[in-house]
Amino acid sequence: MKRFLFLTSALASLAVTAAAQEITVVSWGGAYGASQMEAYHKPYQALTGIKINSVDADNPATPIKAQVEAGNVTIDVADVEPSDLVRLCDEGALEVLAIDELPDGADGTPAAEDFIEGGLYDCGVGTIVYSTLIAYRTDGTAPTSTADFFDLEKIPGKRGLRKGAKYALELALMADGVPPAEVYDMLATPEGVDRAFAKLDTIKDQVVWWEAGAQPPQLLADGEVVMTTAYNGRIFNAMISENQPFELFWPNQILDFNLFVIPKGAPNKEAAWEFIKWATDTQRLADQASFISYGPARKSSAPLVGLFKDGKTEMGPHMPTNPDYMADALTTDIEFWADHDIELNERFNAWLAS
Amino acid sequence: MAEIARDAPERMTAADGTPLKAALARAQGRARRRAFLLVAPLLVFVLASFVIPIGQMLHRSVHNPVFSANMPATTAWFGANPVGTEPDEAAFAALAADLAAAAEARTIGAVGTRVNYEMQGTRSLFTSAGRKADDLEAPFRAAMLDLDRRWGEPELWNTMRNVSSPYTANFYLAAADRFRDLDGGISRVAPERQVYLTLFQRTFLLSALITAICLLLGFPIAHLLATLPLRYSNLLMILVLLPFWTSLLVRTTAWMAILQGQGVLNNALVALGVIGDDGRIALMYNQAGTVIAMTHILLPFMVLPLYSVMRNINPSYVRAARSLGASSWTAFRRVYVPQTLPGVGAGALLCFILAVGYYITPALVGGASGQLISNLIAFHMQNSLNWSLAAALATLLLAAVLLLYWVYDRLVGVDNMKLG
Repeated sequence: MKRFLFLTSALASLAVTAAAQEITVVSWGGAYGASQMEAYHKPYQALTGIKINSVDADNPATPIKAQVEAGNVTIDVADVEPSDLVRLCDEGALEVLAIDELPDGADGTPAAEDFIEGGLYDCGVGTIVYSTLIAYRTDGTAPTSTADFFDLEKIPGKRGLRKGAKYALELALMADGVPPAEVYDMLATPEGVDRAFAKLDTIKDQVVWWEAGAQPPQLLADGEVVMTTAYNGRIFNAMISENQPFELFWPNQILDFNLFVIPKGAPNKEAAWEFIKWATDTQRLADQASFISYGPARKSSAPLVGLFKDGKTEMGPHMPTNPDYMADALTTDIEFWADHDIELNERFNAWLAS
Repeated sequence: MAEIARDAPERMTAADGTPLKAALARAQGRARRRAFLLVAPLLVFVLASFVIPIGQMLHRSVHNPVFSANMPATTAWFGANPVGTEPDEAAFAALAADLAAAAEARTIGAVGTRVNYEMQGTRSLFTSAGRKADDLEAPFRAAMLDLDRRWGEPELWNTMRNVSSPYTANFYLAAADRFRDLDGGISRVAPERQVYLTLFQRTFLLSALITAICLLLGFPIAHLLATLPLRYSNLLMILVLLPFWTSLLVRTTAWMAILQGQGVLNNALVALGVIGDDGRIALMYNQAGTVIAMTHILLPFMVLPLYSVMRNINPSYVRAARSLGASSWTAFRRVYVPQTLPGVGAGALLCFILAVGYYITPALVGGASGQLISNLIAFHMQNSLNWSLAAALATLLLAAVLLLYWVYDRLVGVDNMKLG
């Protein structure tokens, strides 16, 4: 009896110390944040007893910069876009991670080779691959090429575009006939930029500009636009969970990663790194695909992707990483945007205001 | 007796025998200290939440030490050599040493970003050179040019010299669509990049328009509120205040539901046959959307000061004017309106200053043509992370508002303003 008591109290105290630990994870909220909650946070909390505080931000990179500059960091893990990752990493605002400590893939591939190209950096570990592409209403004319997005005669009506140079310029060039492989070479020249803006000029007065990822499905549902660029996961959610009459146009999709990072001076650095290593293993990344239609950043996760949480939708055809959609896809060039982000957005803002 | 009277002023004492003057001063000092202690929490709060942040913002708009702090040798070379000096071997050696050190300290990206603000496309020049800086060997000039031809460009060296001083007015130049050229003069940026002056102008014009509409709509409402019997005016007052108490975001989204192409208003017009189904009016994602939504949101700020002033206007003045033969229009114009001016001034100033800083509403319903300057300030705070430029833009906005306030004071007099 005494021994039993001793054991239970020891266990209890263990539980208490474990439960006392917590980490703060900042992400994007919405359906995406919910998928991370289901696939990573809840199972990890159940497994280790570590409490995960989930915080939403419009862009988690913004509070990182503010906190590191102020010397008062409360974020342990943040989910950021590659362009912000590269910038913050070069500015020394992120911890450099011991990438070789990441677990091998389920099939034995070393982590360094298991991640899709562009999914692993000194300061960040990729979680998902998402796509920005054209979405349209099935009760209107369906586009058959990217050029149709700019063809007001073939498909009249308003279009939605993300407010910003990124995606809009790439889409304009691809619609103008530039092959995906040459888009960034073209955009690096003044003629290429002029060409992209000239293409955008042709639909300027028919564009509704959106900023948050939740807007495009809303614009489509309200009938405000006939088609729009959108993040594939948001449209999937509207199609499958809300039965909206939407469809995605996969050719010339623009691929991007989201990555987990640890801000410099994070209060629970070790615990944060343990969490990232666990959350980005083969099974967890595959699990996340059951909650939202973003592709896993590890190649070894692809075969493990199964059904959507509704238990009937096969996720394969909804994954941006599906081989059928990859042929003429464009992967965002991080270095290009880190270099030209300010310049092109200034030009874009001026173009928009004129 | 006469002697006592002469001495009395010096001998006047308090009850405890101390001179009256000293006792009075002590008592007053105590009262002042107590009064100060009472307001001290407010003072600390205002300092911490208002004065210091604004001071920091002003400072940030002219102070950016990123380059000088992380590239000390290059900065020293600029200090030792006057403008126009060709970069020599010593300059390249200093640059190479700084690049290596900055790459080691992981600050090279910040340095590159700083230079990139002034000269586009140079960020990767710094980061890629930083990665290879350890392998550079003398002669450094040749080695650096080998790395990338652009290291030899006079424009780049000129830009680096510009940013090497921690205090700079360049962000203000950028905020006025201008930049410092190769000769050190100030030129306008290319026409396709000019944006801030246009937006400042648009912000002030739209704010003035919104203020004017608020006045036109708010004046009759306030008059009605002030003259109706209390039980009706209280009910009306609640109708004015209800939207005032509702979240800004909720009201803006409600306007989106009303104004959009497939929205309530357009649907109603189509149903009534006023417009055809393909002739729906674009009331949102343009300036019209910004003006409509902001007018509604700012209306209470006009009505409330007007109401509080009108409430206290004695109706007998207008009655007197009428009985002396003035027409109702003349009585209104020459007797009533002048008495409402303190309320008009307060309401207009309040509406205008709030409108100038608005950002959520134009971002949601403004589309491309309804964007205001605060949307670009937000852009530089959140997206480009160029906080110095955001601070410069915000400072210009603040200065413009203060200037307006000063003009208002000269023309109308701030003492005449009545908020309630």
